[in-house]
Amino acid sequence: MNGAIYARRRRVNAAMLTLTAACAVLSASVLLAILGYIAWKGASSLSWAFLTNLPKPVGEAGGGIANAIVGSAKVVGLAGLIGIPVGVASGVYLAEYGRRGRFAFCVRYAADVMNGVPSIVIGLFAYALIVMPMKRFSALSGSVALALIMIPIVLRNTEEFLRLVPGTIREAALALGVPRWKVVLFVMVPTAGRGILTAALLALARVAGETAPLIFTAFGNRFWDDGMLNPIATLPHAIYNYAISPYEDWHRQAWAAALILMLFVLAINVAARLWLRPSAGAAH
Amino acid sequence: MTTAAAPERSVPDARGAARVAGSRERAGDRLFRLLLTGAAGLILLAALALAWQLGSASRATWKAFGLSFLWTSTWDPVNEVFGALPFLYGTAASSALAMLIAVPLGVGSAVFLTELAPRRLAEALCFAIELLAAVPSVILGLMGVFLLIPAVRFVEPLLGAYLGFLPFFRGTPYGVGLLAAGLILALMILPYITTITREVLLTVPRPLKEGMYALGATRWEAVRGVSLPYARSGIFGAAFLALGRALGETMAVTMVIGNTPKISASLFDPAYSMAAVIANELAEAASDAHLSALIAIGFVLLVVTVVINGLARLMIYRLEKGA
Repeated sequence: MNGAIYARRRRVNAAMLTLTAACAVLSASVLLAILGYIAWKGASSLSWAFLTNLPKPVGEAGGGIANAIVGSAKVVGLAGLIGIPVGVASGVYLAEYGRRGRFAFCVRYAADVMNGVPSIVIGLFAYALIVMPMKRFSALSGSVALALIMIPIVLRNTEEFLRLVPGTIREAALALGVPRWKVVLFVMVPTAGRGILTAALLALARVAGETAPLIFTAFGNRFWDDGMLNPIATLPHAIYNYAISPYEDWHRQAWAAALILMLFVLAINVAARLWLRPSAGAAH
Repeated sequence: MTTAAAPERSVPDARGAARVAGSRERAGDRLFRLLLTGAAGLILLAALALAWQLGSASRATWKAFGLSFLWTSTWDPVNEVFGALPFLYGTAASSALAMLIAVPLGVGSAVFLTELAPRRLAEALCFAIELLAAVPSVILGLMGVFLLIPAVRFVEPLLGAYLGFLPFFRGTPYGVGLLAAGLILALMILPYITTITREVLLTVPRPLKEGMYALGATRWEAVRGVSLPYARSGIFGAAFLALGRALGETMAVTMVIGNTPKISASLFDPAYSMAAVIANELAEAASDAHLSALIAIGFVLLVVTVVINGLARLMIYRLEKGA
């Protein structure tokens, strides 16, 4: 009797554990499937001409996405120029001056809220803030939307990495009579520098793939852009437009563009992981 | 979530240093502190401005329709009659379906990664699952259009044949629709559920599990009897965070949900989500009333996600306090 119960318990154990293993393997293999399929579909359409030419008029085969690559670099670059300094500065504020207090609590809370707001709602905000008053779509409004997405990510990581820096380092520097701003800027921040830089890079990779907030801010453009105050093409937006178009040739280009975007995002993520690993020990 | 700070010492932070030294703040220090405070204030300002802007830009809609905007189903930009119910339904139904798929899958994966897998394997699988979160949603949408939709179109008649007695599995197999949207959303939220649940499971104290083993429990019994109940509030938190993501997810859903504003119990039928209608119509909004109605949908989305994220954080916070 007891033996039978025990055997049954062991069978349940084996069945459930196998099931959890199946879950994990299924989840992880989805990624491989995605990467493999994009590589397979995208590689055949990738060529030098695709990377360096403008799109052809509708209906004409061929053409490239050079304008979208340059556009993405400009929009994401400007977003980084706005988002990274603000995110790092406010992260430093929270770690160095705002461990307690009502203002710091509100800032932390606001960052959490902003982090959870869907990117399309952030896009709406940029639309209401910049596009509506200026009465035109612009690269600038897209960058502002992406920067607003970046700030909470950079802020939270900066704060956490700074908190890992031992307090004794700060005390040692202060004891030498170094002004506080120099202690923070030249002792604390460099010590946590690798983590902060990685967080900034990951945030850049994240917004480089954002499409939703760009549709009605950066708007897209089939030609070279005309400065940051005019509509501009971006890579994710081009993928979207080509994917939902009825043309076979554009579908092909969507896959090729997706491969480029995926390679960029993947490279940053892998690099960040490899780079951060040794510093986890160094911070202590 | 909060990393344990260095133990409280005589000089806890830069501001404390000033108190200890009893000195007046130097000019450079003051400027530096004001600069940082300004940057931090900017985020606070942005969050407030976000709510205020969306509220004021959608005021016309709330004035014209009141709360009936939320439970009427006519969406007619030409005659300027707006009701958002089909979009609310599409968002809720696709997210619910995604949760039904992703929560068991994610929790199962997390159990395997923490309790069973050898360290090397666990690290590799974790990395793959985390990378899945980094795949841009437009790329998942692209996969959805060319891979998932044909697959769903193939599977739907089979589901209809065997499960057609349920109202969810009736109708024409279009491929695009709630089922495809739910599946792709499940993929997108799976990494969040897995990684957060894993982190929570790692906090389960070893002695508790060892106690179970000492009583002769199998591994699964220890998971079910100790680990999962201990981590319950954290797992709920993870699920709510994922729900917040699913509700606001735009591109992948827009590309596979079919973009048809109607309410139907069948998962096979095309639907429309709140984020999708904003993405599709805002750039070409015909009139101020149309624009205001779309921003009103965005405002509702904002309120819902803020509430859901707040609940999630509450649950995770409760776990941290209890631990």
